[in-house]
Amino acid sequence: MNLTLRVWRQAGPDAPGRFETYEARDVSPDSSFLEMLDLVNEDLIAQGEVPIEFMHDCREGICGTCGMMINGQAHGPQALTATCQLHMRTFSDGDEIVLEPWRATGFPIIKDLVVDRSAFDRIIESGGYVTVDTNSAPDANLIPIPKETADLAMDAAACIGCGACVAACPNGAAQLFTSAKVAQLNMLPQGQAERYDRAEHMVEVMEEHFGSCTNMGECEAACPKGISIDFIAMMNKDYRKAKFRGRRSA
Amino acid sequence: MTVLDSRVPDGPLATKWEDHKFDMKLVNPNNKRKFEIIVVGTGLAGASAAATLGELGYRVKAFTYHDSARRAHSIAAQGGINAAKNYHGDGDSVYRLFYDTIKGGDYRSREANVHRLAEVSNNIIDQCVAQGVPFAREYGGLLDNRSFGGAQVSRTFYARGQTGQQLLLGAYQALSRQVKAGSVELHTNQEMLELVVVDGHAVGIVTRDLVTGEITRHSAHAVVLGTGGYSNAFYLSTMAMSCNATAIWRAHRKGAFFANPCYTQIHPTAIPSSDEFQSKLTLMSESLRNDGRIWVPKDPDESRAVADIPEQDRDYYLERKYPSFGNLAPRDISSRAAKVVVDEGRGVGPLKNGVYLDFADAISRLGREAVADKYGNLFDMYERITGENPYEVPMRIYPAPHYTMGGLWVDYHLQTTIPGLFAIGEANFSDHGANRLGASALMQGLADGYFVLPYTIGDYLAPQLGQPKVEVTAPEFDEAEAEVRGRIDHYLGVGGSRSVDWFHRELGKILWDYCGMGRNQAGLEKALSEIPALREEFESDVRVLGSAESLNSSLEKVGRVADTFELAELMCRDALTREESCGGHFREEHQTEEGEAQRDDENFAHVTAWEWSGDSASPNEHREALVYEEVQLTTRSYK
Repeated sequence: MNLTLRVWRQAGPDAPGRFETYEARDVSPDSSFLEMLDLVNEDLIAQGEVPIEFMHDCREGICGTCGMMINGQAHGPQALTATCQLHMRTFSDGDEIVLEPWRATGFPIIKDLVVDRSAFDRIIESGGYVTVDTNSAPDANLIPIPKETADLAMDAAACIGCGACVAACPNGAAQLFTSAKVAQLNMLPQGQAERYDRAEHMVEVMEEHFGSCTNMGECEAACPKGISIDFIAMMNKDYRKAKFRGRRSA
Repeated sequence: MTVLDSRVPDGPLATKWEDHKFDMKLVNPNNKRKFEIIVVGTGLAGASAAATLGELGYRVKAFTYHDSARRAHSIAAQGGINAAKNYHGDGDSVYRLFYDTIKGGDYRSREANVHRLAEVSNNIIDQCVAQGVPFAREYGGLLDNRSFGGAQVSRTFYARGQTGQQLLLGAYQALSRQVKAGSVELHTNQEMLELVVVDGHAVGIVTRDLVTGEITRHSAHAVVLGTGGYSNAFYLSTMAMSCNATAIWRAHRKGAFFANPCYTQIHPTAIPSSDEFQSKLTLMSESLRNDGRIWVPKDPDESRAVADIPEQDRDYYLERKYPSFGNLAPRDISSRAAKVVVDEGRGVGPLKNGVYLDFADAISRLGREAVADKYGNLFDMYERITGENPYEVPMRIYPAPHYTMGGLWVDYHLQTTIPGLFAIGEANFSDHGANRLGASALMQGLADGYFVLPYTIGDYLAPQLGQPKVEVTAPEFDEAEAEVRGRIDHYLGVGGSRSVDWFHRELGKILWDYCGMGRNQAGLEKALSEIPALREEFESDVRVLGSAESLNSSLEKVGRVADTFELAELMCRDALTREESCGGHFREEHQTEEGEAQRDDENFAHVTAWEWSGDSASPNEHREALVYEEVQLTTRSYK
């Protein structure tokens, strides 16, 4: 297949950006989207042009490093698929594809298609854990957890931290990411002791960096792991309880 | 040649670790804050070590080249983590896990380390559950288990097909808690490019900020490397794109011995490559072998559609050759068996480069829903990559480089041959011998990081109480930084004609052809002449564009590939020196009549540890004798 790419190039955080047009020739439909970009970069290097920087690592949809806007959609047209697992058979010969970095105030651009997502780490540091020192845990089977709860916690825990939810949101909000961690830990017995502090702290740090949620639902649609916006409702409920001090009860 | 001292404590195997914990020197809780420790890498081993050291009160600096500590490739482990809990009463025990691991490693690992690993395996599960890791549960709410290759008990704990992700996130969260508490200073986007050694002790590192290009010096009382393995030497592997051996190779060049580099694991169940430009191979979890049946057509010229090939024309070769383990034969054995049938021309798929992994029986026995519940995300992943639906047609799989058992030589304390330099997780060589069993990598990474290193490092630090750390103005830091800057300037200045990836791919082909699943003297000698020739070309013809002062992935890669060239040579030399077959190291000259690996315990029951001599063509060989007090060396049989 042959394709035309319009790619956002930006030399650094403060440099002006622009779209450049490149041709991708002889692309195999079985290759992945990022392998197509590898090929374009090989051509650029051969021509003496600086290759396009993009985020990627595991290339199997789990590390959460990759991500870009592909024709205006976070991670591109295929549902439940991170950019690295998108394959060229999804496109047609002759297509024009527009590539942009995640666009959100909370994710400043570093270079080309690479953004800074460190605000996500700040949210986790504010309470996305259970306080339990190494060596202080009781036997693992002492606390039975209903399969249904464990499965739901796993649904939330499947978040890969890629940032597509923020990129897809018209408000640049990070509710889906934050709620996935809050909900996972707050629904498990292990997470009860810190339940309300966790919700309060994580929501407040989130709001320092990201926009506000207006229930558009774009985040859920863009999420490569299918994280449900139900978790946002769970987080909001715990946050509300946390703010009414003295009325905390599970 | 010197004989290495593993510092394995005396006493009965079963109580060595408990006794030794009492014997080791301690650092008083109030004194821990006087020590600084550098931890490089934030995968399972690095993150768990940094978090635990922080909890204990040490001042920790953790480094990762990723943009976040949550991205290391531990995250991609799918199947599970072993522990000797015996929750299912099927006869498991610490001793059985120890025994299986020794046997699975083809009797080339250190008994005392493996026993300790089996002992702490149960603590890992307790710890992770307490952190909120959502392991799979049964309806009664207790933990579920599955079986894995090389074991006849159900001891593998799992979180859907994302066990590595969940364990890594648990460790990342524990680490984040320490970052918030101020005990761990986390440096993201920082790649270690040099180790600094003063008076024979590891005292610091030099890093490059991958975003700004800034070069920085960091000093500490001890340095811990949890930087993973080197499967990316093969270019095509199941590793993430940025996995590399630079940290351990730089340490090797500064005096850390490299043990058993030829012990590489080729995983039996990856998706076969579809074309020349493929950038990586994707693993399909070994857990699929619990319910999938592996076969190829009996006739190399078979042309019927899969569904039309009747039972009698299919060869379920693992079930045929290894009736008691069947499709769950260990990884090295399953991989070689696949190579044999593909080499016979009986491979499947458009390039005839795979074998079938068929779920038709499991779907008819358990129902589609039960199969989807267990493996749904893996089936979806397969379909996304290949465009084929594994509920309807069998998966196609083929072996791929996946794990490296070799690594920096460490003693019982996980200390390398450089005092003050420790190696944990896949970066060291210690626990898996010549072959690692499934679901044991996560176990080892977390065992080292949570339960071993945080205690053994105290024994090194305690006598240094009151001594300040070396300042970063020391001349050794000047030299290390000059070395780093020199390499960057060199590669930016070559101005050649070919990309870094081109050279990496060519190097990978040489290694895969001559130092892959089957090795022989002629091939290894050929590789040892081709690799230096290609490296020479690389040094004079590689093209790295852009500058050193910004994000530049070509520049990141060129240094890693340069180090990989030297490592690749050592892998081949080690493979040539080890005149026997064991585990993942299969020398074609040494096989039984049935084509199984033939060990030579008389001459090779030792670890080979290589010392950098200043010239990659002539490393110095050292040995650690493997003494088996507990286990009788036998020929592995999975029949």
